Amino acid sequence: MVALVAIVAVLLIVISAVQTLKIAELWAINKGKVIYEVTEKQNKTQALLMLVFLVAYFAFFAWQVWKWGDLMLPVSASEHGVVTDRLLNITYAFIIPVFVITHIFLFWFAFKYAYNPNRKAAFFSHSNKLELLWTIVPSIALTVLILFGLSSWNEIMTPVDSEKEHVLIEVQAQQFSWNARYAGTDGKLGRAGVEFIEGVNAMGIDIEDKNAKDDKVVRGEIHLPVGVPVQFVFRSIDVIHSAYMPHFRAQMNCVPGVKTQFNFVPTITTEEMRKITNNEEFNYVLLCNKICGAAHYNMQMDIIVESKEDYEKWLAEQKQFAEN
Amino acid sequence: MSATHHHHEEQDFLFKYIFSQDHKMISKQFLITGFLMGFIGMVMSTLFRLQLGFPGESFWIIDFLLGSWAENGVMAPDKYLALVTMHGTIMVFFLLTAGLSGTFSNLLIPLQIGARDMASGFLNMLSYWFFFVSSVIMLISLGVEGGAASAGWTIYPPLSALPQAIPGSGLGMTLWLISMAIFIASSLLGSLNYIVTILNLRTKGMTMTRMPLTIWAFLVTAILGVLSFPVLLSAALLLIFDRSFGTSFYLSDIYIGGQVLEHSGGSPILFEHLFWFLGHPEVYIVLLPALGITSEIVSTMSRKPIFGYRAMITSILAIAFLSVIVWGHHMFVTGMNPFLGAVFTFTTLLIAIPSAVKVFNYLTTLWKGNIIFSPAMLFSVGLVSTFISGGVTGLILGDSALDINVHDTYFVVGHFHIVMGLSAVFGMYAGVYHWFPKMFGKMMNNTIGYFHFWITIVTTYGIFFPMHFLGLAGVPRRYYTNSEFPLFDNMIDINEFITWCAIIAAFGQLLFAFNFLYSIFRGPKSSKNPWRANSLEWTTPVEHIHGNWPGEIPEVHRWPYDYSKVDENDNYVSGEDFIPQVVPLGPNEKDGGH
Repeated sequence: MVALVAIVAVLLIVISAVQTLKIAELWAINKGKVIYEVTEKQNKTQALLMLVFLVAYFAFFAWQVWKWGDLMLPVSASEHGVVTDRLLNITYAFIIPVFVITHIFLFWFAFKYAYNPNRKAAFFSHSNKLELLWTIVPSIALTVLILFGLSSWNEIMTPVDSEKEHVLIEVQAQQFSWNARYAGTDGKLGRAGVEFIEGVNAMGIDIEDKNAKDDKVVRGEIHLPVGVPVQFVFRSIDVIHSAYMPHFRAQMNCVPGVKTQFNFVPTITTEEMRKITNNEEFNYVLLCNKICGAAHYNMQMDIIVESKEDYEKWLAEQKQFAEN
Repeated sequence: MSATHHHHEEQDFLFKYIFSQDHKMISKQFLITGFLMGFIGMVMSTLFRLQLGFPGESFWIIDFLLGSWAENGVMAPDKYLALVTMHGTIMVFFLLTAGLSGTFSNLLIPLQIGARDMASGFLNMLSYWFFFVSSVIMLISLGVEGGAASAGWTIYPPLSALPQAIPGSGLGMTLWLISMAIFIASSLLGSLNYIVTILNLRTKGMTMTRMPLTIWAFLVTAILGVLSFPVLLSAALLLIFDRSFGTSFYLSDIYIGGQVLEHSGGSPILFEHLFWFLGHPEVYIVLLPALGITSEIVSTMSRKPIFGYRAMITSILAIAFLSVIVWGHHMFVTGMNPFLGAVFTFTTLLIAIPSAVKVFNYLTTLWKGNIIFSPAMLFSVGLVSTFISGGVTGLILGDSALDINVHDTYFVVGHFHIVMGLSAVFGMYAGVYHWFPKMFGKMMNNTIGYFHFWITIVTTYGIFFPMHFLGLAGVPRRYYTNSEFPLFDNMIDINEFITWCAIIAAFGQLLFAFNFLYSIFRGPKSSKNPWRANSLEWTTPVEHIHGNWPGEIPEVHRWPYDYSKVDENDNYVSGEDFIPQVVPLGPNEKDGGH
C-alpha cells in the first residue's frame, strides 16, 4: 500500500514537472526566444556564481580546518615520523598555494571574461615562453620534493642494524586478530610456519627449533620501550592484512607466504601521549588497513610504550614458548 | 506478401536499434547502458553511506533494496564490502570506461575525422554486445548465493581466491571474473577499432595536427587500453586457475578454516603487480577522454583557440607514457623492494608536470575569452577545478615516504574520487550536454542543467573533501563502521556530514535524468550547429543518416580552433567568431602552422 502511494506520488511529480517545463518553454517561444540559447542574463548569473563558488569553496576549506583540524593525528610518536611530518608540511606549503592560486585564476577568469557581444576574444593560440615557464617551475619544485622524499624513504626502509641494541618482534595477522612474539634472550625468532599451527600454538612456531624455545608469545597488547629501535617482522596466515600504526607513521602489509618488515624508534610513552592529547584513556593502536573479510573493521591490538625499565619488567613476566 | 513485408519491418527495427552497426546508434547504446549501471553504482554508494553516517541504524530503504543482505534494515558487514566492491567495479569499468569512452569515441571519432563509420561496424557492434553481456552478468552476480564479489574492486587474492575467507568469494567472484573477461574483450574490440579508424579513415586534409583534441585523447586512451587490459585478463585467468584448478600462482602458506591449504610457492604480490599494470593506466583511460572533451568545450565556449594545442598533445602522450611505469605507487607498503618504491616515486611525481601544463593551458584558454556558460561549459570548468583539487594531493600519495601513513585511508578515497571520479563524471556530463543535439537532434534544458551543475559540484565536494581529514586522522577505508575504535569516536560528525551530502547529490542526479529523458522525447529541435563550433560533426545533418554526410565527405582546410580569428583591421576573418574546418583559407589568411 505504502509502495503504491509512493509510486503514484512520484508519477504525479514527474508528470507535473513535464507539464511545467513544457509550459515554460512555450511561454518563452511565444516571446520570440530561441529557448535553448544561453541568454545574456543567464550568462551573467552563471558568471557571478563562479565568483560566489570561489569564495564559498575557500570558506568551506577554512571551515573544515577550523572544525576538524584538531581531530587530526597528534604529533608523531616515532623518530622517522617527525621527518615525514616535516616533509608533509613542506608538501602542503607547495600544494596549498598552487591550489589557491590556480582556483583564483580559474574562477576569476570565468567571471571576468563572460560573454560580451561588444568584445572580441583574443586569438592567442600558443606561446613557447609560457609553456616553458609552466614546465620548468613545476619541475624544480618536484625535484625538491622527490629528493627529500627519497632520502627519507631510504632511511625509513633500512632495517635496524642487528649489531645494535634493538627489540625484535614478529606480528602475525589472521582473520580477525593479531598475534605477536618477542625474540627472547637470544635475539632470534624461531622457525614458524602454517604447518605447525595446532591448538594453543596459533602462531605455528616449530617446537623443535632451538631458537624458538625462549620466544615469547603475547596476546592482546604489545609493549615497546621508548627510545629503542623496534624491528617488526610481519606475517599473515590467511589473507593480506596491513599492520597500520598511525601514531608512529608506520604501516606494512602482512602477506601470506612473504615476510615483510618495518622498523621505528618510539619516542613518546603512552603516559606522555595521554597528556599531549588530553585524553586519560588514550592508547596507541595497531589496526588492520587492508580489506581482509567481514570483520575487517574490528581487528585491533593495543600498543603500550613505556620506559625501558617498565618494559623489561613486563617482558620478564611473559612466559617463554618452551614453558607452554 | 504482406507477411514478408511485416517481417522486413521487424528486421529494420531489430537492426536499427538493437543490432545496429552504425556508430551513432552504438554510441547511444553505450551511453544508456553506462548511465543505467552508473545509477545502480550511485544507489549502492548512497546505501553504504547511510551505514557509515548512521552506523547500525535501521532504514526501510536498505531493508527494501537489499532484502536478505540486510536484516531489519541494517546491512551485514560482509554485504557492506560487497556493495563497496560492486560500486567501485561498476563506476570504474562500466560507467567511466565503457560508458564514457564507448559513448564518445563511437560518436565523435567518425564524425570529427570525417569518416562514414568505424573501420569495422561489425566489431563495433560486438564490442557493445560484449559490454552488455558483461553488465548483465555483473548484475546477476548481485543475486547469487553468498552475495556478489566482496574483496574490494582490486580483488586481491587470497581474499578473492578463497570462499572460506568471505562469502562473496564464492560464485559471486566467479561471475565477477567472467564478467570482467568479457568486458575486456569488449574494450579491446572497441579500442582496436578506434585506433584503426583514426589512423586510416581521416578525410582529405585531416592531418594528425588538425584533429580535435578529443580525437587525440580517444586515440591515446585506446592505445593505453590495448596495452594494459590484456594484462588484467591474464591476472584474472591465473586467479581463475588458482580458484578452480588448484594452481598456486598467488597462494602460499595459508591456514584458514582450521586447515592448512595445499597451495604453496605463489605470491599475492604478483597479482598486485599484474592488477596495477592495468589499474594505473586505467585511471588515465578514464580521465583522458574527459580531458579531451573538456579541451574541445572550453575552446568552443570561450570562443577562443585552445591554448598550446601541440603542448596539449605532448602532455597527453607524456601522461600516457608515464602512466604505464608508475603502477608500483599502489604498492609502496606491500613489502615490495624499497628500491622499486623509490623508482616508482620518481616516475609518479613526474606526472605532475604534464598535468600542470594541461591545467595552465586551460586557464590561459579562458583568459581574455568570451565565455558562454552552457551547462557543458560549467561542467568543464568544474572538471578543471576537480582536476586541480584532486591532483595536488597526488603529490602526497605518490611520495612513498608520505604514503606510508595515508595509504589505504580515507585520504586515498577522497583523492581518487575527486581527481578521477569527479573529473571523469564531470567530463561525461559536459560531453552529454554538449553533444546531446548531435546524438538526439534535440536540445537539453539549460536551466535544469544549471541547477544540476551547482548542486553536483557543491555536494560532491561536500562528500569527498572532508575525507582527506578522515584520512589524516588515520581512518582506514573499507571499514563497515568506525565505532569499534575509541580513536575514531569523534569522526561521527564528519561521516554524518558526508552522508547528507551524498544523499542530496544522489537526488541532484535525478534532475539530470529528468532533463535527459524529457529532452529526448519533448526537447526542442536542435539546429545544425547550435554551439557555432568549428569541428566536422556539426556539418552533418541533424537527422542521423547512414554514412553521416549525404554527399561527399567534406575536405578539411584548417585546424578546429579558429575561433575569433581577426585580420589586420581587427575584423573577424570570416565575418563571424568561428570558422569551420571545411572553410578554405582566405587569400591573405595565415594558417598558423596547422
